[in-house]
Amino acid sequence: MQKFISLKSIPTYLPLVNIDTDMIIPKQFLKTIKRTGLGKNLFFELRYDEKGKEIPDFILNKKPFCNSNILITGKNFGCGSSREHAPWALLDFGITCIISSSYADIFYNNCFKNGILPIVLNEDKIKEISEYSNRKEEISVNLADQKIIYGNNEISFEIDPFKKKCLLEGLDDIALSLEKSEKIKSFENKIKNQRPWIFND
Amino acid sequence: MPHTLYDKIWNDHLVHEQDDGTALLFVDRHLIHEVTSPQAFEGLRNSNRTVRQPSLTLAVADHNVPTTDRSKGISDQESKIQVETLEANCKEFGIKLFGMDDKRQGIVHVTGPEQGFTQPGTVIVCGDSHTATHGAFGSLAFGIGTSEVEHVLATQTLVQKKAKNFRINVNGKLPLGVTSKDVILQIIGKIGTAGGTGCVIEYAGDLIRSLSVEQRMTICNMTIEGGARAGLIEPDEKIFNYLKGRPMSPKGETWDKAVEVWSNLNSDNGSHFDKEVSLTAEEIIPMVTWGTSPQDVITIEGKVPNPNTEKDLDKKNSIERSLKYMGLKPDTLAKDIKIDKVFIGSCTNGRIEDLREAAKILKNKKKASHVHAMVVPGSGLVKQQAEQEGLDKIFINSGFEWREPGCSMCLAMNADKLKPEERCASTSNRNFEGRQGRGGRTHLVSPGMAAAAAISGNLDDVRKYQN
Repeated sequence: MQKFISLKSIPTYLPLVNIDTDMIIPKQFLKTIKRTGLGKNLFFELRYDEKGKEIPDFILNKKPFCNSNILITGKNFGCGSSREHAPWALLDFGITCIISSSYADIFYNNCFKNGILPIVLNEDKIKEISEYSNRKEEISVNLADQKIIYGNNEISFEIDPFKKKCLLEGLDDIALSLEKSEKIKSFENKIKNQRPWIFND
Repeated sequence: MPHTLYDKIWNDHLVHEQDDGTALLFVDRHLIHEVTSPQAFEGLRNSNRTVRQPSLTLAVADHNVPTTDRSKGISDQESKIQVETLEANCKEFGIKLFGMDDKRQGIVHVTGPEQGFTQPGTVIVCGDSHTATHGAFGSLAFGIGTSEVEHVLATQTLVQKKAKNFRINVNGKLPLGVTSKDVILQIIGKIGTAGGTGCVIEYAGDLIRSLSVEQRMTICNMTIEGGARAGLIEPDEKIFNYLKGRPMSPKGETWDKAVEVWSNLNSDNGSHFDKEVSLTAEEIIPMVTWGTSPQDVITIEGKVPNPNTEKDLDKKNSIERSLKYMGLKPDTLAKDIKIDKVFIGSCTNGRIEDLREAAKILKNKKKASHVHAMVVPGSGLVKQQAEQEGLDKIFINSGFEWREPGCSMCLAMNADKLKPEERCASTSNRNFEGRQGRGGRTHLVSPGMAAAAAISGNLDDVRKYQN
């Protein structure tokens, strides 16, 4: 997995609440058997009209936001379907950091599997930072220090220490879990005794 | 210390726990389908890993399959490749698959319980957010992403942090014509689409206990629409009777031992819930959604909200946006909303009891002439059962199309979709913008309400069609 250490970018502000994963990447793009190439279809129905032409007013179609790496957005981002195509599409577009006041659980977890940092801030701070999107000015995110730096200000954010470590080091969590193979094996043996129907195939 | 049902299942599946509370949880049952698994298998191959316990995973193609004549295969090339990729992956890694021509094929959350693969006290996961459905059996069941699917395939475990305990009590008796779909829509309206975020919901109370197994599945199914990944219900005799004799259920002495263990799956008296909400069943009446989030609910007697009465600016904007998308004027009566399509099916309401409920309303009645209506059974076995009971004839005589099983117009990945501005009364679970087709407008309802809408040609009160 790609590491996340720090980032500097003009943020894109999309002030909608409850953005669901259908909106992030609609179903017609879930027919792929690959993880890559979804960026061009990110927010498809907001970005393109019915004929497939770019809607010039939509923020991600405009410069400099089409090159933005940070998305600031409304609460409950990523609700709905579990599709990991949503973070894949964001990543493929170039977005590796999201700032919102809350996320849906499955989406939140999926971000960490793909080197994307989802930051939780309160709504007042989000409004404050979104000004940098309006003014087209860069902000910086530093994961090691857990800080967002904007202008002469900075703000700290919370993150689970284990998730932070995985992002900073780009760790493969399957490899980490496989290190516990012996424990898994003894657990399986315990089940075979206590709940034999689990393996009863 | 007293424990909740969720606490007990969690503790029973702990393989390892780090100091910070991050746990490695054993997964007893893993369901996979064609859309969220190909990249997981590709990942396994790229890192030379194998599937640790192939017999604990069950595969079925559902999201992408055609619901019309299947004899010629899948005409959409991408869908075809995805379904064939699932077949090839299952063959390579030794995983049991119900292929498109198998009568056991169906929506993954209908097939699992039907086969007895779903069992109480287990941890069940699937790369699909509606996995919570299986919680109706007293299992801890939740949706996961594709990277986690790969993790389960490789290790038969998941890295998890414990969620909070949230109990929703529903007591009393439901009035005639009101179903478990109305109960869960009412709950989502009450707690909001993020109300359950970070929680596992236990549904309790005498109304919940009085529900059939399939009605319970409808409630647990839509838990994710309230933001919680998992919803569960204490298992009881109804659950054991449902599972007895199913192909993958335990047999003989093992069955007796299983029932003994399952009978102890409950929340202890005095166990702690971080959050609790209560509803009275008698107060619930048939519900419909008016907007583009499952929390946008009103009763069939109600009217669409007016943004001008909303003081919170974000909420006002959100209502305006939804009304515009839905093509609705503020204060429109629910019963005045004319519909173009009716969809009966999905993992929420595509089981035999759902079809019976709709057929009961449609018997000897015709759908309105301008309405296009279809029924998509949840599985091949549901379809077979419905045909044995003659339900297919009732639907066809009413003017419905009788289709092959799959997810169909719930998410419109196959050819079944709404055209822009078409309005649908749907028994599915999501009314998001574009969910049933770009520009399509969805009103979520129960199967009986969908049948009533088909007859009247507009959203209507199922209670007027009760015999």
